[in-house]
Amino acid sequence: MYPRKINQNHRVILASILVTASFILNKSLGYAWITVIVMAASTFLAGVPIVVNAVRALRYWIVGIDALVTIAVIGAWLIGEYWEAAAVTFLFMVGNHLESRTLERTRSSIQALLKLVPDTATVHRDGQEVAVRPEEVIKGDLVIVKPGEKISVDGTIVKGSAYINQSAITGEPLSVNKAVSDIVYSGTIIESGYLLIRADKVGEDTTFAKILELVEEAQDKKARTQRFLEKFSRYYTPLVILLAVVLYVVSRDIVMSLTLLVIACPGALVISAPVSIVAGIGNGARHGVLFKGGEMLEKLSSVKVVAFDKTGTLTKGKPEITRVKAYEMTEEELLKIAAVGEIYSEHPLAKAIVSYAAKQLGMIHERPAEVNYIPGQGLLFIFEGKLYLMGNRKLFASRKIQLDACESYLAKEEALGQTAVIIGDKHGVLGVISIADQVREDAKQAVHHLKSLGIHRIVMLTGDNPRAAKAISSQLGIDDTYSELLPQDKVRVLKELQDKYGSTAMVGDGVNDAPALASADLGIAIGGTGSDVAIETGDVVLMSGKLSKLAYTLALSRATVRNMKQNIYFAILVAVLLLGGVLIKTVNLSYGMLIHEVSVLLVVVNAIRLRGYGKTRRG
Amino acid sequence: MTTKMYQLEAVSCPSCIAKIEKMLQKTPGVRSSEVLFNSSRVRVTFEEQEVESERIKRQIEKLGYKVIGEKQAAN
Repeated sequence: MYPRKINQNHRVILASILVTASFILNKSLGYAWITVIVMAASTFLAGVPIVVNAVRALRYWIVGIDALVTIAVIGAWLIGEYWEAAAVTFLFMVGNHLESRTLERTRSSIQALLKLVPDTATVHRDGQEVAVRPEEVIKGDLVIVKPGEKISVDGTIVKGSAYINQSAITGEPLSVNKAVSDIVYSGTIIESGYLLIRADKVGEDTTFAKILELVEEAQDKKARTQRFLEKFSRYYTPLVILLAVVLYVVSRDIVMSLTLLVIACPGALVISAPVSIVAGIGNGARHGVLFKGGEMLEKLSSVKVVAFDKTGTLTKGKPEITRVKAYEMTEEELLKIAAVGEIYSEHPLAKAIVSYAAKQLGMIHERPAEVNYIPGQGLLFIFEGKLYLMGNRKLFASRKIQLDACESYLAKEEALGQTAVIIGDKHGVLGVISIADQVREDAKQAVHHLKSLGIHRIVMLTGDNPRAAKAISSQLGIDDTYSELLPQDKVRVLKELQDKYGSTAMVGDGVNDAPALASADLGIAIGGTGSDVAIETGDVVLMSGKLSKLAYTLALSRATVRNMKQNIYFAILVAVLLLGGVLIKTVNLSYGMLIHEVSVLLVVVNAIRLRGYGKTRRG
Repeated sequence: MTTKMYQLEAVSCPSCIAKIEKMLQKTPGVRSSEVLFNSSRVRVTFEEQEVESERIKRQIEKLGYKVIGEKQAAN
């Protein structure tokens, strides 16, 4: 016998009519017999669920708020305060009803995420298309997905292409195009196209399932403030009961004692922090930002220093050709010679040259006649009967070939943090190819936004050489740069920063920065779509892999903490005023209940404001 | 010893937390319990030999909270 939603709605409406009738009758006739009957009906209607709950709890010797209200109402009825009894039960019922309705809204961001859980999957079995539940899909199954459907596995596209909305995972509203051999994720939706997908990860192993699990867990990982409040209320309630008893013993005023009991329940206070946190975490989840708990929100909001990893975080982590300089031949000719020479090499710089050449000139079909690799210097190769050299300064110096022609150019490129690959023959230099790890498009703006949000110090930690590091940090407007660091050095530098400036957040790509992410006050992992490592290592994870989300994330954490503080201060203020009001006899039972319920509602409504945070802001 | 997570219908009042936790503390065989208010879930660690999961579920329902799902959880 559980109160159903519809019943509850009817009950509230009917009780509203009765309580209004009681009020009018009371004003016009006073306590006539008809007034008392209507009041009794109203009290009964609103009061029964309260009494039922009270009895349920009392069976386990738990005296809850329901029991206190029941006692107060019976007390009021016995001493002839019929109106009080009707008003208190009514207010309590309406308050609870509205609370649960509004609370649902603070949780709705997360509910929206849950709705994206795929409910069915179409797979190829024995040459037929069969609809199964997503958890029945086996790794290696071929899954068919049509427009409008949700992808139910993490997998690789075997056939077809489609536009896919990945907002469930990245928070990005724009759909992306995916084709054969691309990876797709569970929980994303096909907008147009048709896909045959080989299932690589299914059920609880999918990225989406992991995100959901994390968000669900995070909601209830308590913030420091929250833990404090819980401790506080543990002492508070018995204290109030004691106070009520003392008050009765001293004043012999049963009404005042009962009033104290009922209105002093710390409803708004207990609920103040969790509602803000759940709304904040939900807002983040909708924007592709995972907070792994309320504590992370609190910590982030007070961060003074943000430290960035360089490679893969501020930069794309892939060397790319930035400039080609040719002497005595065209740039195309130089690029072709270089690509032919590097074609068999596995070196990252060689790969960058070959793929760039292929993009500029089309497939390279020629092959070198002979190649001789010299570790740490470069290579020698023969192409179309001529000997070429390609590599760094050392390669040319060891063969006494002058670099005079390009010396000033080399120096300039190196000062910009570029890696210069020199191409020449036995007579001299033929050209220079500059290669660098490209800075992410949104890095500069991210640094700028963080500064404008009042972050004291923005630093970069890198294993790279000081020149390359300096080139990037000055381009981005970073305050301090620490270079040539090993992973353990990063941990040491973070410690120094914490001692010097206070709370420090580390931003990394999650793959190689695990120790640093763990030792900072707060680790923020930048994940590309579906990066498991990022999800596991960071306290906060930016699922879209976009640095531009950093400012939003910081601002959201501050807004959430601010919201939480407003709620707490407001709740304490109301509790103090009510308590005082009861003691000086200006607050009676029904007014006390009204103020109490309204304060709880205001706290919830305040938290709901957070849901819309960031809607009008870019980020 | 095992830990299970019970999903309840939306828990709305903060005082429900104390109610459910206290009740479970008094249930023989239950070692620890925690109500996760925001996600409306209860995490219960209990001795399987002493109390069945079904009984824990019934106890919670008797207190007035419908259990709509349960699953194994990490200890």
